[in-house]
Amino acid sequence: MSLPAFSEDAGPASAPVPKPAEVLPMPRRPGRFATRSLALLRGVAGQVLPPVVTLAVILLLWQGLSGDAAGGLPAPATIWLESRELIVDPFFDRGGVDKGLFWHALTSLQRVAVGFSLSAIVGVALGVLVGSSRLAHRSLDPIFQVLRTVPPLAWLPISLAALHEANPSALFVIFITAIWPIVINTAVGVRNIPQDYVNVGRVLRLSPPEYFLTILLPAATPYIFTGLRIGVGMSWLAIVASEMLLGGVGVGFFIWDQYNASRISDIVVALVWLGLVGFGLDRLVALAGRIVSRGASAS
Amino acid sequence: MSSRAYLSIENVGVTFNAGERETEVLKGVDLAVDQGEFISIIGHSGCGKSTLLNVVAGLLPVTRGAVILDKQAVDGPGPDRAVVFQNHSLLPWLTVYENVRLAVDKVFRGKRTRAERHDLTLHNLALVQMIHAKDKKPHEISGGMKQRVGLARALAMEPKVLLLDEPFGALDALTRANLQDSVMEIHAKLGNTVLMITHDVDEAVLLSDRIVMMTNGPSAEIGEIAQVGLSRPRRRIEVDTSPAYIAARHAVIEFLYARHASLRAAA
Repeated sequence: MSLPAFSEDAGPASAPVPKPAEVLPMPRRPGRFATRSLALLRGVAGQVLPPVVTLAVILLLWQGLSGDAAGGLPAPATIWLESRELIVDPFFDRGGVDKGLFWHALTSLQRVAVGFSLSAIVGVALGVLVGSSRLAHRSLDPIFQVLRTVPPLAWLPISLAALHEANPSALFVIFITAIWPIVINTAVGVRNIPQDYVNVGRVLRLSPPEYFLTILLPAATPYIFTGLRIGVGMSWLAIVASEMLLGGVGVGFFIWDQYNASRISDIVVALVWLGLVGFGLDRLVALAGRIVSRGASAS
Repeated sequence: MSSRAYLSIENVGVTFNAGERETEVLKGVDLAVDQGEFISIIGHSGCGKSTLLNVVAGLLPVTRGAVILDKQAVDGPGPDRAVVFQNHSLLPWLTVYENVRLAVDKVFRGKRTRAERHDLTLHNLALVQMIHAKDKKPHEISGGMKQRVGLARALAMEPKVLLLDEPFGALDALTRANLQDSVMEIHAKLGNTVLMITHDVDEAVLLSDRIVMMTNGPSAEIGEIAQVGLSRPRRRIEVDTSPAYIAARHAVIEFLYARHASLRAAA
């Protein structure tokens, strides 16, 4: 009994001749550049389209709902008609406070830059102190917890009384508003330094300055930047409020001035500027944080 | 006229105070370690073996007794008792090179030139075979590699005693075996005095000259010390059937699982 497949009399002639494989042409693929730019386009569209559509819907609703009664909230179309110059040319300067919104925003930003830098320096220093010393924490933390709930504007009369001048008072209000989240987050960051890193410092017998620079500061950096990000947002809130009371150039005063002149559409334009600049500030600090703490995420 | 051992742990007791409750973790621990000896400390979780290591490291103060290293009492941490921590604890914002260099700079600044310190850093990275990753950040390398770098950092301090706190506990079996071989090689080459915490019986037998077995806490003490009668160099594949290996392994297992089983069984 022999199975046919293994039968010996089947000579080589009967072995199946392998047929050459048929070459199938691959379907043409779009070029690498085309695929990539298509994917990029799709990504951008996915990011940009939803907010743009939402914005359009909001504007349409707004246009439909506002009846254009005099003195009421103007419709988008009315705003465009009334405040066209303000929208299209942010850079005009006719002297005094009659300037484009760019100049108002720039003045406000300069104040924020000074006040916020001060609060960043003092805030991080205080935060490190509160975070690393139990005594400092016990004595200062309760005071901070109370002070941080004081609304920014409540500080204004006091700072005016103490400093007598408008500009330093505005700076002080920014400073005192932005400093609390910075202090508190820095302190949390310092207290949360993993015990292992502390032990490394102890085994190496790092001196306090060495410990501060090589371990404490890098370990607390992500927390510090969380505080700075909240702080910069709050300082932007504070600048507008304090400028409303103080006068002069600045977005806050511009809004107050236009309100007194009943130019509501100009105020709406200023609000858009406020929002965009505040958003930019937030992103700027977030970006700085990412660059500084690159790779510092514990793993 | 008492001749003391190189590292002498003398009647060490540690008691923690949490509010009004006192917990005695270690009680009357006595251990004499010779220079160049490799000692493992083994015991169930919570037996205070890590506490003992931290006491020798100086990270924890003793309540009673003393630790004397090379005729000097330990009072605080220092680079002469370098620690390899359980979870590597490399600083994530520094590269592999910088992590080791930090230790080299701290210990040898003023004693060696910059170029010498650079060479020393590379030399220690070479010892653990990590030169290739010297410019990587810790999060870019594997767990086993991180432990290698942690070992290099500790070796770079040229310590009198090398303290290993369950250094391979978090690694998979193959990586662990690799690292154990590296540690044996380095120990053979440099002759370090080593104190290692472990809960792995085979690891203890393979690496150590003596195995210190701790009783269960609270109030843990040294229950027994097993001598591992294996000559060096040891090769994993040869020793594991030798009578000395089996005897030592059996002694430890018998201690851990028969006489001092688990906390619950002892209570």
